[in-house]
Amino acid sequence: MSAAVTTRPEAASGWATALGSALRRSGWTLSLLGILAVLLVITKTIQPTFGAAGIQGLAISVMPLALASVAQAVVVIARGIDLSVGSMMALTSVVSAALMEGRSEGFAVWVVIGTLVLGLALGAVNGALVVGTRVPDIVVTLAMLFVWAGCALLVMETPGGASAQWLRGLTSGPLVSTWVPKAAVVMLLIVAVVWIPIRRSRLGLSLYAIGSDPLAAFRSGVSVGRTKIFAYMLTGLFSAVAGLSLTATTGIATPVPGPYTLMSVAAVVLGGVALSGGKGGVFGPIVAVVILSLLRTMMTFLNVNTNLATVVQGAILVGVVMVGSLIQLRRSRR
Amino acid sequence: MSVADTADTRRNWLRPSAWANVFRERPIIPLLVILVLLVILSELIRPGIVSPNWAAVMVRAAIPLAILAACQTMTMLTGGIDLSVAAIASMSGFVVATLVNGPGLWVGIAVALAAAAVAGLINGIGVGVFRVHPLIMTLGMSLVVLGLSNVWQLEMVQTGAGVPDLFRRLGASMIGGVVPLSLVVFVPVAAWVLVTLNRTGYGRLLYAIGDNPVASRLAGVKAWQVLIVLYVISAVLAGIAGFLYSGLTNVASVTLVDSALLPSVAAAVIGGTSILGGRGGYGGTIIGALILTVISSLLSSLGYPEAVRQILFGSMIVFVAAAYARVTNET
Repeated sequence: MSAAVTTRPEAASGWATALGSALRRSGWTLSLLGILAVLLVITKTIQPTFGAAGIQGLAISVMPLALASVAQAVVVIARGIDLSVGSMMALTSVVSAALMEGRSEGFAVWVVIGTLVLGLALGAVNGALVVGTRVPDIVVTLAMLFVWAGCALLVMETPGGASAQWLRGLTSGPLVSTWVPKAAVVMLLIVAVVWIPIRRSRLGLSLYAIGSDPLAAFRSGVSVGRTKIFAYMLTGLFSAVAGLSLTATTGIATPVPGPYTLMSVAAVVLGGVALSGGKGGVFGPIVAVVILSLLRTMMTFLNVNTNLATVVQGAILVGVVMVGSLIQLRRSRR
Repeated sequence: MSVADTADTRRNWLRPSAWANVFRERPIIPLLVILVLLVILSELIRPGIVSPNWAAVMVRAAIPLAILAACQTMTMLTGGIDLSVAAIASMSGFVVATLVNGPGLWVGIAVALAAAAVAGLINGIGVGVFRVHPLIMTLGMSLVVLGLSNVWQLEMVQTGAGVPDLFRRLGASMIGGVVPLSLVVFVPVAAWVLVTLNRTGYGRLLYAIGDNPVASRLAGVKAWQVLIVLYVISAVLAGIAGFLYSGLTNVASVTLVDSALLPSVAAAVIGGTSILGGRGGYGGTIIGALILTVISSLLSSLGYPEAVRQILFGSMIVFVAAAYARVTNET
C-alpha cells in the first residue's frame, strides 16, 4: 500500500525521528529527572550537611511508596485503576511478617516466594472481578480495598511479626560507594527485571493497546479481558513487593493500610502516566515519588511546618495536572 | 437496548426479567426489601433488639453518612466523584469548634461553610474549566484541606476547642427517645437534593452531562458552569455533614470523618447510582446508607471483629454493583 511509498523519504531521517520520538516519549521522565537534580542541588545548598546519609534515608523512606506507584502505574497504563494497592500491601506485609517470625533465614526465602505468589493471586481476584462483573474498576477495587484490609486484620490484629535478617539487609546500607543506597539499587533492579521483559513482549504491547483503545485492541486480536487480568496480577505482584519492602524496612508489619493507595495515584499522574490509559511508564512515577519526598525533606530543613508540606504536595499534584491538561487542550485546538 | 435483546430475555428468562425490570426502573424497591430483611435478621439473631429506640439510633447514625453520600451521588451522576468531602467535613466541624469560644457559634458556622464553599469552588474550576480528572482534583484538594486544617489546629492550640452545644444537640439528642433531632437538618437537605435532582432543570443537566457529555455539549449545555455549581454544593453539604458528625461523636478533629469517605461512596453505589454517570438518584442512596449502618451495627452487636465487617462490606459492594451492571446491561 502507500506505506511503501511513504517510508522512503522518511528513511533518510529515520534515526533522527526515532531519536526524537524516543526523547518525546520519555520527555516527561527526563524533565522529572532534571527537576530532581535541581532539587538535590537546592537541598545541598540550604543544608550543607545533606550527604550520603541523607540520600540513604531518602532511598529507604521512598521505597514502599515508589513500589506502590509502580504497581499502580501498570494497571493505569491498561486503563484501570486499583484502589486496593494499599490494602494488598498491608495484607502481604502482615502475612510475610507473621510467617517469618521465629523461623530460620532459609525458611524466609520460601515465605518471600509465597508472598509474591499471594500478590499475584490477589491481583488475579481483582482482575477477574473487574472483567467478570463488568463493574467499573474503581468500584470493584474500592470494595476490594475493604476486603483485603479486613483479611489483613484477620491475620494480625496489632502490629507485630518480624523480618528475616537477610531481607532487612537488602534494604539497608550502601552498595559499593556510600553514595549508592542499596535500597534504591534493589528496587530498581526488581522493577527492571520484571517490567522491561514484559514491556518488550507482545503482552506489554497488549497492555498499552487496551489502555489506549480497547475496541481497536480487540479488533486487532488482543484478548482484552485476559490482558486486563494480567495487568491486575502485575499490580498485585508489585504490591506484594511493596508489602515486603514495608516488612523489610520497618522490621515489623502493620495490619492497617498506610496512605499508599491515594498517594500512588498521585505519583502515577505526576509521573506522566495518563489516567485515560495507554501512556507513560513505570520509571516516571518512581522519580515523582522521590521528588515529592525530597520536597518534604527540603521543607523540614527550611523549618516549614510539615502540615504546609502536605498542602504543597496537594497543590503540586493539582497544579501539574492542570498545566498538563491545559497543554493537552491547546494541542487539540490547533 | 435492542429489540432482539429484550425479546430474547422475555422468552428465556420470563420471571428474572420481570425482576430485572423492577430492579432497573425502581432500584429502591429491592433495596427496601434488603433493608427489611436485614432488620428481620437483626431481630432473629438478637431477639428484642428491634425497638423504636433502636431504629432511632440507626437513623441517627445513618443521617450524616447519607448527607455525605448525597455529595457522592450528585457528583457521580455527572461521571465524577468527590474524594474531598471527608477532609472538608472534618475541617468545618473543627473550625466551628475552635471559633465557638471566641467569635461565637454563628461566625464559626459562616467561616466553616465559606471555607468549604471555596474548596468546592476550586474543585469545580479544576474539574469544569481545566478538565482535571475529578478523582485527582478532589484528592489533591483533600490533601490541601487536611494540611491547612492541621496548620489551623496548631494556630488554635491555645484557645482550645469544644463542640458547640447546638451541634451536640442536633447530632446526638432524640426527641422522646424515638425521633433523632438530626432529622431537623436532614429532612430539608434530603428534600432539597431530591427536588433538585428530579424536578429542576439543573438536576436534568447533571444527568445529561453524565449520560452523554458530547450530546449535552452539542445541545448547548455549558458543562463548566454546571460543574462549578455542583462541586460548591457538594462541599457545602459536606460541611453540614461535618457539623452533624462532630455533634454525634462530640469530637472535633481534623481527621474525624476520614473513615466515612469510602462508606459514602459505597452508599451511593449500593443505592444504584452508577459511577459512570447518568444513572441513579438520591432515594436509593438514603436506603444504601441505612443498609450500611444496620449491617455495621448487626455485626458489632454479634461481636464480630472489625475485620469481618470490612470483608462483608466489600463483598457486598461488588455483589450489588455486579447485580446492577447485569440488569442495566452496562459496559
